[in-house]
Parts: sequence; C-alpha cells; structure tokens
Amino acid sequence: MIDLNLIWFILIAVLIIGYAVLDGFDLGVGIIHLFTKDEKEKRININAIGPVWDGNEVWLITAGGALFAAFPMVYATVFSSFYIALMLLLTALIMRAVSFEFRGKVESKSYKNIWDSAFGYGSLFISLLLCVAYGNILKGIPIDSNGIFRGSFIGLLNPYALLVGLTGVALFVMHGAVYMTAKTEGLQQERMIKWANGAWIVFISLYVITTLATFFYAKYLFDGITSNPLFWIFFLTLLISIALLPVQLKSGKYFRSFLISSLIVVSVIGLSAVSLFPYLTPSSIDLNYSLTAYNASSSQYTLKTMLIIALIGMPLVIAYTVYVYRIFKGKVEITEESY
Amino acid sequence: MDAVLLARLQFALTIGFHFIFPPLSIGLAWLLVIFEALGWKKKEEAYVKIGKFFGKILGLIFAMGVATGIVMEFQFGTNWAEYSKFVGDVFGAPLAAEGIFAFFIESTFLGLYLFGRNKVSKGIHWFSIFMVALGATISAFWILVANSWQQTPAGYVIRNGRAELTDFWAAVFNPSTLPRFFHTFDASLISGAFLVLGISAYLILKGKEVETAKKAFKVALIFGLIVSALEVFPFGHEHSRQVALTQPEKFAATQGLYTTQSGAPIAVFAIPVDNPPELKAPIEIPGLLSWLVFGDISAELKGIDQFPQDEIPPLFLTFVSYHNMVLLGVYFIFITSLATFLYWKKKLWDKKKVLKIFVWSVPLPVIACQLGWITAEVGRQPWIVYKLLRTSEAASITVSAGEILFSIILFGVIYLLLGSLFLYVLFKEVKHGPEPLQNKEVAA
Repeated sequence: MIDLNLIWFILIAVLIIGYAVLDGFDLGVGIIHLFTKDEKEKRININAIGPVWDGNEVWLITAGGALFAAFPMVYATVFSSFYIALMLLLTALIMRAVSFEFRGKVESKSYKNIWDSAFGYGSLFISLLLCVAYGNILKGIPIDSNGIFRGSFIGLLNPYALLVGLTGVALFVMHGAVYMTAKTEGLQQERMIKWANGAWIVFISLYVITTLATFFYAKYLFDGITSNPLFWIFFLTLLISIALLPVQLKSGKYFRSFLISSLIVVSVIGLSAVSLFPYLTPSSIDLNYSLTAYNASSSQYTLKTMLIIALIGMPLVIAYTVYVYRIFKGKVEITEESY
Repeated sequence: MDAVLLARLQFALTIGFHFIFPPLSIGLAWLLVIFEALGWKKKEEAYVKIGKFFGKILGLIFAMGVATGIVMEFQFGTNWAEYSKFVGDVFGAPLAAEGIFAFFIESTFLGLYLFGRNKVSKGIHWFSIFMVALGATISAFWILVANSWQQTPAGYVIRNGRAELTDFWAAVFNPSTLPRFFHTFDASLISGAFLVLGISAYLILKGKEVETAKKAFKVALIFGLIVSALEVFPFGHEHSRQVALTQPEKFAATQGLYTTQSGAPIAVFAIPVDNPPELKAPIEIPGLLSWLVFGDISAELKGIDQFPQDEIPPLFLTFVSYHNMVLLGVYFIFITSLATFLYWKKKLWDKKKVLKIFVWSVPLPVIACQLGWITAEVGRQPWIVYKLLRTSEAASITVSAGEILFSIILFGVIYLLLGSLFLYVLFKEVKHGPEPLQNKEVAA
C-alpha cells in the first residue's frame, strides 16, 4: 500500500541518492586530489567541481532537514547516538568547504599544500564517515525499548561498518574518476581512465564481500526482498551498469560513462533502501525496538504538507541544476574566474 | 560540569560564529544586484570591476557561512535531541523548506555568478546574482519562521507528548515571524552597506582605484542611509511592539521595566542590577514607552514583578544587549546622514576623518546583529519553546558533558583558525583592490 510514510521513506532515499550521485563524484575527485602531483592538474581538479560542489552539498543539508521534518525520532536518536562521529564529520565538512576559497588566495607552496590536504583528507573522511554511519544503520545500532542509544563511539567502528565504509569510498573514487574523464584531456585523462578502471575492480570486490558479510551481520535485510519488484529493477540495473562502465570508458564516451556510473550509485543505495524498508534505524538489541517509517514519523498532516512543499520545490531544483550543469559542461578551462 | 549549560554554550558559540556571515552575504548580495545592474545597463566599466571585486568577497563570506551553517542543521539532533523529538513535527518543515526553496537556489546560482561571467549573457549573469540574493533572503525567512515559532508558537496542538502541526500557515506566519523577518533582513542590508562603505573608504584613503571606489561608496551610502532609517522606524518599532504584546517578560527585561507602572518611561541610559532588580543611575523619558506601545502616555505596562520568579529571563544581559543594539542603530542613521550631507555639499571626499570612521565601522552592524540575537534568545529564557518546553528539559539524554566539552574545544579551535584566516584573506583581497580601469581615455 502506498501511504504518506512510504512516500517519505522513498523521498528521504531519493535525497540521499541525489547526494551520493552529486557530492559523491566531487568527494571522489577530492580523494584523487591527494594523489595529484602537478599544480595545473590540481587546479583542474578544483575547477572541475568549483561551480557545482556547493549545490551538491545542499542535497545532504536538505536530506537532514527532511529527516527532521518527516522522521524526527530518527533524526534525534541517530544524531545524538553518533555524537562524536558527527562532530568529526562536521569538522571535515567545514575544512573542505573553505579549502577552495582559501587555497587560491595566497601564493605560497606550503600554504597551498595545507588546503590541498584539507580538500583531499576532508573528502576522504567525509566519504568514510558517512558510509561507516550507513553501515551501522544497515547492521542496526544498540537502541533500547525507549529508543535510547546503548552503544559507544568505538562500537561504531565495527568490522562490518568499516567494510561498508571502504566500499563506499571505492564507489566515490570510481564515480569521481569517471567524472574527471569528461573534464580532462591528454595525460591527465588517461590517468583518470586508469583510476576509474582500478576503482571499478576494487569496488566490485568489496561489494561482493560486503554482500556476503551482510548474511552474517544483518541477515534481516534479506527477508522477503526478492518478492519486491523494485529489488529486481535495481539489481538488474546494477549488473548491467557495472558491466557497461569499462566498455563505455574504452570507447571514449565519457558523458555516457558518467551517467552509467551514476546508475551504479543509484542502484547500490536503492538496493539497500529496499531491503531496509520499513526500518530507518534497526535496533541490534531487538528488532522490535527499531525505529520505522511508521512508529517514528511526524503526523499525517505534517507529512502531507511537506509532500506539497517537495512537489513544488524539487522539480524547480532539478530544472535549474540541470541548466547550470549544462552551462559548465565540457573540459575545464583555467580562466581569470577560476580558483 | 552541567551538560545543559555546556550544550547552551556550545550552541551560543556555533550559532554566534555562524551568524556573522549570513547578514553580510545577504546585504552584499543585494548591493551586487544593484552594481551588476548598473554595469549591465549603463555599460560602465567601473561597475563591472566593482561587481568582480565584491563578487570575490561574497564568495569568501558565503563559503564561511556554508561551512559554519552545516553545524546548525546537525546540532538540533546531536545536542538537543529531546527538543527535536518534541518540536520535530512543526520545526522540521521550515528547515526542509529552507533547503528546498533557498539553499539550492543560492548555491547553484552562486556557482553560475562566480564562474559564469564569460559563459552566459549579461542578462543571465545579472539574473544569477539576483537569484543568489533572493535565495539568501528566502533562506533567512524560513530560518526566522523556525525561530519565531519557538518564540510565539502557533498552529499546533500538544498530542502524543509532542507539538503536532495543525495549521501550516498559522505556524509559518505566527505572531512574531513578519516583524522579526523585516527587522533582521534590514539589519542584513545595513551590514552589507557598511561592508561596502568601509572597504570603498579604505580604497579611497589609500588612493587605490579611487574612481571605482567612489562609485561603490556613493551607491552604498544612499542604500545604507535608507535601510538604516527604516531599521528604527518602522521595523524596530513594530518588532518591539510585537514583543511587548506577545512576550511581555522579555519586553520588560529589555526595557528595564522591573515594576509594573502606568506612564512607563524609556530608559535612555542605566546600569541594571539583578538582585533585587533595579536600574542604577537611570536617565529616563517619562511616559514614552507607554506611548510607543499603546499610543497613550499613561497606559499601564507590566513589569518583571508581575511574573513568576522562575519564568523571568536573565535581566542584566537582556537589558545591556538590547540597549547597545539600539545605540548602534542610532549611530548608523547619524553617520550615513552626516556623510550624505557632506556628499551633497561636495565635501565628503576631502573629509579623511569621516572616511576613516567608515573603515572602522565595518564590524558594527555585525555586532548589532549579534546583540539583537542575544536579546531575542536570552530574553526568552528559561523557555526553549515559549511556555511549552524549558531549555533545561530539551538537551540530549545520551550525550555526556565530556562529549559536549570535546565539541566546544574542537569548534573553538576550528573557529579561531577559520576566523583569523578569513580576516587575513579578506584583508589581502581588499588591499589588492579592484582591477584597474582599462578604458579610461574612452570614458573621459
């Protein structure tokens, strides 16, 4: 049955997917930036995402706001439970956000190195922490019958969550490298193709291992998903797009490669969302203590009001986002406006 | 250490630091809308240079606002989980609306504005800065909706142990939303005007791109005079009246009205003492406060003595921050009027002292904003949601004092670093100045 709670579960998933597809590639570019030696290539990295990264990050902020509005219990419980981890995430987000503005303003090599590190390590930590947090959600976190967190920060760094974290990092690096193939030329482009292919292999390997590990750590995720048609749609999309990516890269169709890479991101998160439903925060103490789309939601009136806001707002957002991306399409040129 | 006190300190630190930047970026963005329009329509090169120069500064301020703003969004959940559970049904909607209707617009079009000057037509380029300014303003609106609902809740019922939304528009346009929005928005315009005035005055004094800087100064001066005057009347006046009617304890605290009286005076100056509540060495204008609120010099106004002891806000801080804010507001009108008069008499550019005052005045509107914010937030204590939820009941249960202390130290260090770097880079940009005009002989 389609009801408001289900719709909001889907909309939160859409916002998270939107974030992963868009900020995913610029986080990936940030991680690759750590391994970029040449100053011109570094500037190309930064300017490839310069006009768009800020808008991409808004997906995360909006997902947070929407979670607060639609599932306040989840928002309050998860954010206070992950306290120290979130403070570290915020630090990384802050340092990364200012790195672009600060980097280009002073002509000094050591000064630039500091902000290159802030951009690179910031991107790495953001990717890792977000995906580790997601791993913990999938595995379930120790919340009791009153929704009170009974775990610790160290407990969040368990093997399964770390595995999900690394898989996510590999996915973002692949996605970022594919994006950069469309933004670069010559030697740098060749390097990006190598990065994309390498990350593709690492991602597939880690994804298979994670899926196997899920049988041991979070078996409930497999309960009944195969009867859901959405599962099969995402599953087939994942298989096809994974198979197509290296082929497209080889034939030099970089924009299409990026779309396919985006489809991989969409289907990976889509699959996990399908298996998670109706749970939003499963309890690892007893599944019955979990916060779900039904026991942790706002009132029906709020969900309905919010849906109207989303239906008015999101088409506009998508329209001008596409418009601006089209203006900045093509290879990066370093001009006087560049960072 | 008390976890609630620490959580409050942490909130004051993070929001105080964040709140330096949004008013500046809103005000500067609207001034850029004017500069870019002049550059586009009048085809004067100077305005294009002004746009490029202040555009870079906007990018810097905006990045600081985004970086520090992300903390806001998360910390309702991290530090104030009980509050989030209680108000989520009402409070989350404006935050989500801000994301959907404002943040996306601001950040998407800022990218287009900063990087797209040579990629799109002049009209579209102007449109992009207009959208940035509009987005930033809408963003302020939704944040003030959320905050105002906490001050004067409306459109809800208490059900299932939480506030549930029953009327969206009543919650959005609760009694304090509009007075508070206009007052704060105008304060942002003043902040932007004084930023441009100060930087332009500096360039004029240093003899750097003087022709360009004078143009920027002139536009910002007229703009600044108008918005400074509007801030006191009608916006400040209407907001005060609304507080008097909807949050009388806060109003009494701001005015130092400690005993109920008819014909209440305005205290122009006084030193407030907390225990027992008393104004030392007051200079007062009799009856004026009653007249401003009710249009009647002998009307009765409620004093602090009329309210339960455990429901009155900290008196000293509320009084002092309110009065200093008003003092600054009067100063803004005075200094912009003086400069306009001198400009009209064609004497302004020779008055080095006046220009110097403008250089030093850049931080004052930002300080006034902070004081206004302290008045509003301290003045509503002990309530986090007025008359519904006490601040002491709102903090997260599972978060320890030690964890909050850790985050205070962490953010303290980061903000110190960012704040110094921001000033360093800002000064560097200002010293560099706008690009020189190339077509001087053509223009002359």
